Amino acid sequence: MTPLIQIQSLKKYFPVYGGLLSRVVAQVKAVESVSLTIRRGETVGLVGESGCGKTTLGRMSLRLIEPTAGQVLFNGQDILGMDRSNLARIRPKMQIIFQDPYSSLNPRFTVERLIGEAMLVHGHTNAAGARQKIEALMDQVGLSPRYLNRFPHEFSGGQRQRIGIARALALDPDYIVCDEPVSALDISIQAQIVNLLKELQAKRDLALLFISHDLAMVKYLAHRTAVMYLGRLVETAPTNKLNSEPAHPYTQALLAAKPSLDPRRREPRTVLEGDVPSPLTPPAGCYFHPRCPEVMDRCRSETPAATRLDEDHIVHCHLYTEATTVPQPRAHHE
Amino acid sequence: MRPFSLSSKIAAGFLALITLASVFAPWLAPYSFETQNTMNILSGPSAANWMGTDQLGRDLFSRILYGGRVSLFIGVATTLVAVLIGTLYGAVSGYVGGRWDSLMMRAVDVVFALPDLLMIILITVVMGRGVAGLFLALTLVSWVTVARLVRGEVLRLKESNYVEAAHALGAGDLRILAREILPNLLGVLVVTVSFRIPVAILAESTLSFIGLGILPPASSWGTLANDGWSAIKFYPHLILFPSLAIFLTILSFNFLGEGLRDALDPRS
Repeated sequence: MTPLIQIQSLKKYFPVYGGLLSRVVAQVKAVESVSLTIRRGETVGLVGESGCGKTTLGRMSLRLIEPTAGQVLFNGQDILGMDRSNLARIRPKMQIIFQDPYSSLNPRFTVERLIGEAMLVHGHTNAAGARQKIEALMDQVGLSPRYLNRFPHEFSGGQRQRIGIARALALDPDYIVCDEPVSALDISIQAQIVNLLKELQAKRDLALLFISHDLAMVKYLAHRTAVMYLGRLVETAPTNKLNSEPAHPYTQALLAAKPSLDPRRREPRTVLEGDVPSPLTPPAGCYFHPRCPEVMDRCRSETPAATRLDEDHIVHCHLYTEATTVPQPRAHHE
Repeated sequence: MRPFSLSSKIAAGFLALITLASVFAPWLAPYSFETQNTMNILSGPSAANWMGTDQLGRDLFSRILYGGRVSLFIGVATTLVAVLIGTLYGAVSGYVGGRWDSLMMRAVDVVFALPDLLMIILITVVMGRGVAGLFLALTLVSWVTVARLVRGEVLRLKESNYVEAAHALGAGDLRILAREILPNLLGVLVVTVSFRIPVAILAESTLSFIGLGILPPASSWGTLANDGWSAIKFYPHLILFPSLAIFLTILSFNFLGEGLRDALDPRS
């Protein structure tokens, strides 16, 4: 079965204007040739430091940002080539949940309108039916239907995030991008929202792209995890495998940086040195080489291709390139 | 939603009163605005002439009522039209963005760069002095400010997550403008209107003073105040009452604007 979402060699360069004539003087390479698939009913965690392009990648997979190059297939259909009307028809099937529960809800809409707007846009105008559906959705996300006529400012951050989730679910989507949906919430509320997402994902057989910088959260939620560094994917693996046998030196460093709950455990820590280079002037070869503890000569000049270590375990690192190399640029990860 | 504050209720009451009094001036005014009574010039307030008379013996109260027609019409009409044009123009420019935005905003810059007075003189030369010329001239110079303000707000709002959410739902551009963006401009617009009406009323007085506004014997609050200015030492009532009319009206618009903004904001 073809995966629900196929992202192929997706790129996004943001032009930087400068000089007297506002000419393009440079390109910020936000996302550089990323390929990723998400299957129906699967949660893929996307982790990486701030500014590594994970949000841009998520937005592009919904075509909320136009990619510079590459392909996004939804259910086999190329959504980047679609005209506006076809795209509008497919939009209900792919939704987004935002990081900031405050700016993501129109302050002038009541909860009823916030959730019901989606149905209005797509012409489901049967008022009574819509109302019933809105109440059912509120119930599913753990909001009392009594709050139907309240405005967003009357709710807490967690409740607002529940409204955002109900809005995303209103048109029965197949795919939802969760863009750090809990990082703006209190720790105690985070657990509630993550559990809600997990439950809804299983119940509705959703494909989720869960963007986060919290490895523990992703470990709890995601079936597969993809690690990004400076606009490139460095490693994709089933979450358990990624945590137990990380292949890429960057993934290893990330996992080592995670605080351990066991005070007696004393592992040697791989501490990364230096800062993430600027995406304006990324280093040649492997983007990670200036900080990599296992850097080799070829890392400084050659970009490592995708190497398949296992059925679902793909790594972009020269330590492994002797193994079978996945042909680029049309990398099907399956 | 919060109920109107007391100050904005009083302001609304005063504005309603003064508007009605001006509109029905021909029936309410005790005298005609141009009837001269040379037996009774420059008299102070009395039972017969509530606000006294001017140097030609014309009843000041009646002239203020008639003057309100010009001042209020110019204030309200120019502001509403300027805000309407400026909002539509600014919203389209900000929302469409890119090359169109640059083009539309350069046009605004051109209008902005022309000296206001020069434009107003040109228009009054072409159209003749009077209310129509004033209206056109003041609208023409003030819509650009609104357009810039609205464009800036739209630029900010269109990047907001809830507009992105509307895109993700597949909502069209018109729907997003009408339902997500314009309603969130309401607060800014109400404040703009309430601050621009006084500006327009004052602009009309200034123009009438330098001889570009309405022609005597017709009056506006501005011309009346300016007439009284020369005799401020000996006949202060001539400047006091027109100034009071302007002052109270401007104050009321500000209070009303503030009250409306708060009442229309679901957060308050």
